[in-house]
Amino acid sequence: MDLNLDWGVLLQESPTGDGPYWQLLWTGAKWTVATALTGWALALLVGSIVGVMRTLPYKPLAWLGDAYVEVVRNIPLLVQLFFWFFVWPELLPREIGLWYKQDMPYPEFITAALALGWFTAARVAEQVKSGILSLPRGQKNAALALGFTLPQTYRLVVLPQAFRIVIPPLTSEFMNIFKNSAAALAIGLTELTFQMKQMVEYSNEVIVSIAAVTTIYMVMAFAVNRGMAWLERKSRIPGMIGGGR
Amino acid sequence: MKTCLTLALALAAFGTAHAEELTGTLKKIKDSGRIVVGVRDASQPFSFLVGNKQYTGYSVELCNKIVDQVQKELKLKTLDVVYQPVTSQTRIPLMQNGTIDLECGSTTNSMERQKQVAFGVNMFWVNVRMAVKANSGIKSVADLNGKPVVTTTGTTSDRYIKLHEKGKSIDVKNLYGKDHDDSFLMLETDRAAAFVMDDTLLAAKIAASKNPKDFTIAGEVLSGEPYGIMLRRDDPQFKKLVDATLTAAYKSPEMEKLYNKWFMSPIPPKGINLNMPMSDKMRELLKNPSDKGI
Amino acid sequence: MIDLQLVLDNRELLTEGMLYSLQLTAFATLGGIVLGCLLALARLSAFKPLSLLSAAYVNLFRSVPLVLVIFWFYFLIPYFGFQIGPDKSVFITFTLFEAAYFSEIIRAGIQSISRGQLAAAYALGLTYPQTMRYVILPQALRNMLPVMLTQTVVLFQDTSLVTIIGIKDFMGSTSVVASNNGAMTEMYTFAAIAYFCVCFPISMLLKRLHKRIAVIR
Repeated sequence: MDLNLDWGVLLQESPTGDGPYWQLLWTGAKWTVATALTGWALALLVGSIVGVMRTLPYKPLAWLGDAYVEVVRNIPLLVQLFFWFFVWPELLPREIGLWYKQDMPYPEFITAALALGWFTAARVAEQVKSGILSLPRGQKNAALALGFTLPQTYRLVVLPQAFRIVIPPLTSEFMNIFKNSAAALAIGLTELTFQMKQMVEYSNEVIVSIAAVTTIYMVMAFAVNRGMAWLERKSRIPGMIGGGR
Repeated sequence: MKTCLTLALALAAFGTAHAEELTGTLKKIKDSGRIVVGVRDASQPFSFLVGNKQYTGYSVELCNKIVDQVQKELKLKTLDVVYQPVTSQTRIPLMQNGTIDLECGSTTNSMERQKQVAFGVNMFWVNVRMAVKANSGIKSVADLNGKPVVTTTGTTSDRYIKLHEKGKSIDVKNLYGKDHDDSFLMLETDRAAAFVMDDTLLAAKIAASKNPKDFTIAGEVLSGEPYGIMLRRDDPQFKKLVDATLTAAYKSPEMEKLYNKWFMSPIPPKGINLNMPMSDKMRELLKNPSDKGI
Repeated sequence: MIDLQLVLDNRELLTEGMLYSLQLTAFATLGGIVLGCLLALARLSAFKPLSLLSAAYVNLFRSVPLVLVIFWFYFLIPYFGFQIGPDKSVFITFTLFEAAYFSEIIRAGIQSISRGQLAAAYALGLTYPQTMRYVILPQALRNMLPVMLTQTVVLFQDTSLVTIIGIKDFMGSTSVVASNNGAMTEMYTFAAIAYFCVCFPISMLLKRLHKRIAVIR
């Protein structure tokens, strides 16, 4: 075996003119975090809406929500990334499409965040739906019987509990979005795995590059895990064991 | 200097190569009875896939000459030739770790890469330029200010625009395609205003596109680069054989034919013609073979 | 939006790509379940070092992206002396990666069986392997079957990532056809629809299965 192990390479200047290699990785880590967080914000918003939609007593809305979740869950993320990057702008009116392609700032970042957001939203929606359905039916009925409107019932009774119940399953979805963001290297997002590839290509320090990037991902996963555990403790519903499934 | 020496040594020692004890790649090939050739899927006209399984191109043909010579030299009755597709990110690791024995693609022979791998005598000369839409009015790198520019990741071209950018004090948005197809698609769909790459690759992509007239190669030469056939480093025996085979090929009258076949005639799969007459730089390169990198 | 003629003209290449994707899925599922089973048993074992080792393995693979793991093995496997191409080495990559996920599913399945059954089996004089084989695993398998099959659908979708390292799986061969014919928009749309047509019916079947098994439980 002929493995190069020169940890000093991290301090060496990269030939891309972007500073030393550690800085390349640092830039990559920042893009990974930015993409994951932006995508997550979108996923929470859309996922909650779709999740609620699927539990509503209006058939067309519930069907629409189900259809969205099924479409997104049954097409690979990579294909969806390509779709949003290459196909989508062609379907838009020409001017808007051109803006999307040329003038939109950070096109690969925005596309990746959007694609990841839509993708993860389907998973969030699934959790939100099962969170809502896991509540005792009596609560919703009681609220309606007390004269609450349906929106009031959701806002004041169902959702505050459902959101606390879904925090544990959402932890793994939150971790997934960090991991899934790596697929965005295929559309040229200069995230962490992209930078590892660059570093391997330019420096040829395979082991060092891999070890450094793997460590960064593990630190991220650990941080997310701890953060969500803290949130889970804070939001536990009194009287329920563990507050979830 | 180093090159001349290598070449002299190569020619001097070639005749006796088979008499020595085999080392490195040649020993590996002899022992396993197979040679693994790294090829590209879509580096027209150098190395590309035709149909399902068949790899062909300018570099592949040169490599086939080397493979024949290896078989002759090692006196092997049969030699199993395996074509292993590589990408610009994987070709160097795969060469170093022994997966491929010879890389026949469109790899720039650079000093940086020579720290990691070796090259046979240079086989082609390309200029790094940009492809733009014909109606875009872009004539020079200076016209790119504020515009998105795409390059393919892991190639040497991505830094030229950056270096040039600094020189001209212009500001461009750098985009990265995962391969040349993606990069060209970005240009085709107006996602990028220019695609910076070796001119032959650009010409090939343009010729293969739906509407070749929509594109043109424009702007100053950002850099000139020799292409080389890649081998493992510190393997003098194999390098000797490769260099001697290539040098002999360059000197033969068939070389003109080989060049014309790939650069001046219709090539598969779509019968496009690149129409790139041999440049002076290229003529010089064939006349005085050298493995000097940039 | 889809060029059916183009798809038909290249059906051989596309079929071959789809077969590759399916082979990779099948291999990684079977290999992943076997290895995952071992990992889960190791994790639940009373022998601490074994349990810790298994936990470390599972946590490592579960905290990094699959794309990264694909690149690990892509660059590293040949360094360890295996002279196999990337189209073969991803079989190992996916098996090792999926094993981590399957082991968690299996562990959850085993832990879903009540402790009383374990105690009862021991009281009847069954040994540990016997208990596992005749009492715990048959029930656990039933509980985890739907989750495992769902994971397989996810795995099938994830195999598309090998396109990134230039392998011609279904997605990869779609890209080749697309670029050879200047029809990326059409072909990427085709790829999306094709993946959906494979995954959606299976997902629907799984949902039914899930409901049936849930009722029995």
